[in-house]
Amino acid sequence: MSEPFYNAAPNATRVAPPLPEPRQYPAQKPGHAYLFGTCVLDLFFPEAGLDAIHLLKREGIQVHFPQEQSCCGQPAYTSGYTDEAREVARAQLALFAEDWPLVVPSGSCAGMIRHHYAELFKDEPATLRQVQALAARTFELAEFLLHVCKVEFKDRGEPQKVALHTSCSARREMNTHLHGRALLAQLERVERVEHDHESECCGFGGTFSVRMPDISGAMVADKTRALQDSGAAEVVSADCGCLLNINGALEKQHAPLRGQHLASFLWKRTGGAE
Amino acid sequence: MNGQARIPAVEISSRDLKHNAHNALGDTQLRGNMRKAMDSLMAKRLASMPDEYEREHLREMGNHVRARALSKLPELLERLEANLTRNGVKVHWAETVDEANAIVLQIAEARRAKQVIKGKSMVSEEMEMNHFLEGHGIEALESDMGEYIIQLDHEKPTHIIMPAIHKNARQVGSLFRDKLGIDYTEDVDALIQTGRRVLRQKFFEADIGVSGVNFAVAETGTLLLVENEGNGRMSTGVPPVHIAVTGIEKVVENLRDVVPLLSLLTRSALGQGITTYVNMISGPRQADERDGPQEVHLVLLDNGRSQAFADGELRQTLNCIRCGACMNHCPVYTRIGGQAYGTVYPGPIGKIISPHLMGLENTPDHPSASSLCGACGEVCPVKIPIPALLRRLREENVKKPDAPNPVMRGQGSKYSPRERLLWKGWRLLNTSPWLYRAFGFLATRLRGLTPGSLGPWTQNHSAPKPAARSLHELAREHLEGK
Repeated sequence: MSEPFYNAAPNATRVAPPLPEPRQYPAQKPGHAYLFGTCVLDLFFPEAGLDAIHLLKREGIQVHFPQEQSCCGQPAYTSGYTDEAREVARAQLALFAEDWPLVVPSGSCAGMIRHHYAELFKDEPATLRQVQALAARTFELAEFLLHVCKVEFKDRGEPQKVALHTSCSARREMNTHLHGRALLAQLERVERVEHDHESECCGFGGTFSVRMPDISGAMVADKTRALQDSGAAEVVSADCGCLLNINGALEKQHAPLRGQHLASFLWKRTGGAE
Repeated sequence: MNGQARIPAVEISSRDLKHNAHNALGDTQLRGNMRKAMDSLMAKRLASMPDEYEREHLREMGNHVRARALSKLPELLERLEANLTRNGVKVHWAETVDEANAIVLQIAEARRAKQVIKGKSMVSEEMEMNHFLEGHGIEALESDMGEYIIQLDHEKPTHIIMPAIHKNARQVGSLFRDKLGIDYTEDVDALIQTGRRVLRQKFFEADIGVSGVNFAVAETGTLLLVENEGNGRMSTGVPPVHIAVTGIEKVVENLRDVVPLLSLLTRSALGQGITTYVNMISGPRQADERDGPQEVHLVLLDNGRSQAFADGELRQTLNCIRCGACMNHCPVYTRIGGQAYGTVYPGPIGKIISPHLMGLENTPDHPSASSLCGACGEVCPVKIPIPALLRRLREENVKKPDAPNPVMRGQGSKYSPRERLLWKGWRLLNTSPWLYRAFGFLATRLRGLTPGSLGPWTQNHSAPKPAARSLHELAREHLEGK
């Protein structure tokens, strides 16, 4: 038994503990940052990773991409293969040794490092300290651009309607939906349109999509319909897992719409591709 | 669609969640009814707790009250028993549903009871009390309108608060026409009045009233029961005997603890500031009182709860106050409905509590039937980390069945040497940088060979094709000029 009397306050009915403070961000823009590419992005959306690098470099940040990196460990972790997840997580830990921010162009992978690594290493005090230090300097790309780089985008594109899909773990662990909205709002000629049940899961859930294809399929069918009915010409998301799911379903349905990574969209709209 | 048509309920015959879900997903009537109902419930909850700061504080309080109660559960149960006994309530302990049913039968036989009227009780569903009593020649009639409807239709509850939420007025109209011989109507008020007329007589005829319990207050020996229809008060006040059945986790320390929990319960469940009825039952009729039952019994049921209690993390499952908010917000539950789970408790809470009540061997797919989207954990009034507990159950589910120190009945029900080997391969790939890069190189160079069919994935998607070059290559070229 780990903690038999967990968080039991003696006088809880009258004195509720204070709510956690919102995340504090470094006041200074750092000179260097690591990029953690994530496994799905690496193989299926590599240009989004490159666009993230471009965006960071434009802010005067020197980007480091350790070639030894692979996966954050999330697929095994959420499948219950905790030991396997821990070893894969451990292999990443040593790669980001300098005290630079770790920027992750995926809300769920950032959430894994920031919130779940501590659970993986709870029985290894020395590693746990290392993990906690890493978690403290781990940022999802959108929040890093917004709150650390304090970007001010200049929109170079034509008027366009855009729908934003946010992964659930990203939404609930990293507030990515708010950061993404704020960045899109900087683009003058971009109109962000809501889609039906916007906060609802797209049905990916990692291995859930292959373990429960009927349920997952019903969810992604509803999500893709909502995105198509939204009137958006573009769909953006900061999570490649969702994009893999949504785009794969749209392609199977022979629908013309496709989602792209927020980093790619931002880079293009702000003249990066010129 | 013809309004008179009798629409059959989704065919649920087994505990096979995947099979049931497949059938339920094809039922457009069910899908439509559920979506509409859940959308309305989500909106009502939020409207009743609009201030995020207040809401989050209240949830924090709820969590602490429940955590504190569980941290001294054995002591509180003993105090509850002592104070209830002092109030004249007979307390019975049941480790299994069979023991609980035997206790109820013993009480019924002592009174030569023939008719039982029931307020809503999920624990009595755990016990399959109606079926059990009928087997012993005792009629058990549900008096909650939703429970009454599904009992008429020989179904199981689809939701712990609103058992017939999957049916619309048209379906209930057809059911009442067929079973009660009344003219067809879709008028909800008329349907409810019909149900009430039938039930009213039954309250006076019943020998025993059965109810559940929302909170059992140790300090005062009080059983708290909330409801909106008045059937709970009738069931517990009119018949000569009242039997309350509840799980051992429902105890709270004192009346002050009830305040935040009650605020959370009614708002989270139905968006109500308070229910129409709040019953506080503190014993049988006293000599100077003119109504109330002559006997009051409380049956405290374990049924696997102490297994959850024994583990510090899994114990949080027992925080639950049965509001149903996790179901209302669950994208999976909204699509497949409650009956597809094949368990008494459906939805997210059902997926974390049923494995304790029934064993993982009887609920092998339940922990996996979630995208871990976190909507349930976000709204849970007592902050049960449902996604984290689902993940933990997955871990218990893929352990070797004979691994030492099991914490769960049915450990390793999804153990598969083949899958374990796959994950070991995945681990090797992701811990060996050269292997990972070689894999990336081959996957991108051989992208033309990606098979068109990739098992369950290509059921809903076209096959994903790797990019021409991986980010590892692009980044190396761009950042290191190689």
